[in-house]
This record gives sequence, C-alpha cells and structure tokens, in this order.
Amino acid sequence: MSSFSEIWVYLATSPLTWLGATLVAFVLALRIGALLGNSPLANSVLLSAAMLIPVLLLTGTSYPTYFEGAQFVHFLLGPATVSLAVPLYRNLAAVKRSLVPIAVALVAGSITAMGSALAIAAIFGAPPEVLASIAPKSVSAPIAMELAKSLGGIPSLAAVLVILTGVTGAIIVTPLMNALGTKNYAARGFAVGVASHGIGTARALQVNDMAGAFAGIAMALNGAFTAILLTGFLLLQ
Amino acid sequence: MTDVVAKPLRPADWVAGFALLILCQLAGETLVQILRLIVPAFAFPGPVIGMLLLVGLLALMGDRARPVIASADGLLGILSLLFVPSAVGIMQHGELIRAWGGPLLLAVVASTALTLVVTVGVFILTERWMSR
Repeated sequence: MSSFSEIWVYLATSPLTWLGATLVAFVLALRIGALLGNSPLANSVLLSAAMLIPVLLLTGTSYPTYFEGAQFVHFLLGPATVSLAVPLYRNLAAVKRSLVPIAVALVAGSITAMGSALAIAAIFGAPPEVLASIAPKSVSAPIAMELAKSLGGIPSLAAVLVILTGVTGAIIVTPLMNALGTKNYAARGFAVGVASHGIGTARALQVNDMAGAFAGIAMALNGAFTAILLTGFLLLQ
Repeated sequence: MTDVVAKPLRPADWVAGFALLILCQLAGETLVQILRLIVPAFAFPGPVIGMLLLVGLLALMGDRARPVIASADGLLGILSLLFVPSAVGIMQHGELIRAWGGPLLLAVVASTALTLVVTVGVFILTERWMSR
C-alpha cells in the first residue's frame, strides 16, 4: 500500500505529470472549441486553465510544483515572439504603407489602455500596489511584471491581469469589430495587439494573416511604448 | 521566400530553423543586458529585439529562410498553448481576487473594450485623413 502512495507522490510532483496535463488540457480545450464552432467564447487559454486549476486544487498541488513541468511550454514564449517576424515580414509592404496610422493609433491606444484601467480601479479605491499592477496590463507578461515591480506593484498579480486582459480581448474582438462594421483587418489586428498583446495576437492569427502581422507589430510597439512611458514617469519622480 | 514547388524539409533543417529563433532571442536578450548597464530601469523584452533582428535576416536570406519560416509558423500555430502556464498562475491570488476581483474584472473588461474601439477608430480615421 505504501509503495502505491509513493508512486502517487512521485507522479504528483513529477514535472512530466504537469507538462502532460497542460498539453492534454490544451488539446481538450481545442476539441471543445471545435465542438462549439470555434466560438471566441471557447477561448483555449481560458478553457485550459479552467480544467487545470481544479485538478491542482483537488490534488493539493502548489503552483510552483505545477510550473516545474509547465515551464517547458512557458519557455517557448520567447522563440514564439521572435517568430512573429515571419507574418510581419510577409506583410511588410502593408505595414510600411501604414506607418502613420500605426504611430497615431499606438499612442491613442496605449494611453487609453493604461489610463482607463487606472481610472476605473482608482474609482473603486484600489490600493497603490494594485494600481501599479494593473497599469501595464495590456503589454506582454515579462515586461508587465518588470514594470509593475519598478512601480511598486505585485509582479505575479500583474501577470494575472495581463492574462485576463489577453483573454478578454481575444474573446470580444471579433464580435466587437463586426458590430462596428469594419473589415479593415490591418486596423482590427493592430487594435487587438495594442489592447491584448500575445493572446490577442494568437486570436488575430486565427482570423487573418494580415491581422496577425499587424497584431504582432502592435504588441511589440505597445510593449516598447508602455515601457518608455512608465520608465519616464519613474525617472521624473 | 515562398516557392511554388516546396521541397520537403530535411530533419536537420527543422533544428536549424529553431536554432535561428533561439539565437535571435539570445542576441536580443544580450543587447538588453548591455543597455541595462547604461539605463538600469530599461525594461524592454529581448525577444522583441530578436523579432526585429529576424525581420532583417529574412530579407537577406531569401530561399534559405524556409526552415526558420517553418519553425516559426509551427510555434505561432500553438501560440495560445504557451500562455496556459501563466494563466494557471491565477490560482495563487485567491485572496486578492476575493477582495478586488469584481472591480479588477470590470476595469480589465471595460478598459480592453475601450482600447479596442479607440485604437481601431484612430487607425481608420488616420488612414482616411491621409488619403484625402
């Protein structure tokens, strides 16, 4: 009997278990999404997390133990960001033609993303460390965590808000843009890249290659612009 | 960069393509570390610099870029999967979410919707203004 519980202890703490669980959850999430006609509501990041978190809580597995296995997937975010060069290069001519709209929309979108989140959270009386964690919510997680830390926020809360922002944007972008009645996929992609970084970009790549290219460039530019804005704010203080 | 009669990639090509992605990222991270010696508060992600570097390389490489393009398209096809480990991290913040979950969710959803509308609107209006 004790040998069986030893096997369980081995399994529950082995990186292989949680790497495998992450992959299986994602495949199941994609299957569920396909069953629901790839509705944006069936977001694969959201569905995967909704399957994995109860399993981790029921088995008493801590996040660090889970992450020992999941880190191998997480690690690929870096090379995947580099990979965005490919849709960008494929659509380079369109991007070059749109340099002015890109610059103007970047400034407007980036300031809206930061300002509106800060304003709403402040109205509800959120403490300074929560405000510092929500300010960089629209940029990719590593840079948002870095910025939250230097602003006096909580890096891991910033990461959660970044993910939530990404999933929200990925879910609402298609119905929202259809309701606005625009078929300009460069503009649609750029908007979801500014608002919802990599998760929004993943959604844009599903919809349209040009939207994906503009989302990728938007994500990169908003990361840079937000970092410069917030770092400048810190240096002024 | 995309030829009509695509030759199948050899096993070593896939490795070479992935290696180039890793090397671009490494070059980007190294550059960030160097810039941090000058500006310690510098918080720019190395992979984004790696991306810009790869755009330049793709322009130079021509048909030899096929392996790296195949690797990149493969990774981008499963981009959502790569965010799952971070998304599960939400389980660490039970208390903060119970205390601030409602306002934070409202702030995130409203701000994201507003950002989408403002960005797409400004983009399209600027385009129209330019083509007048």
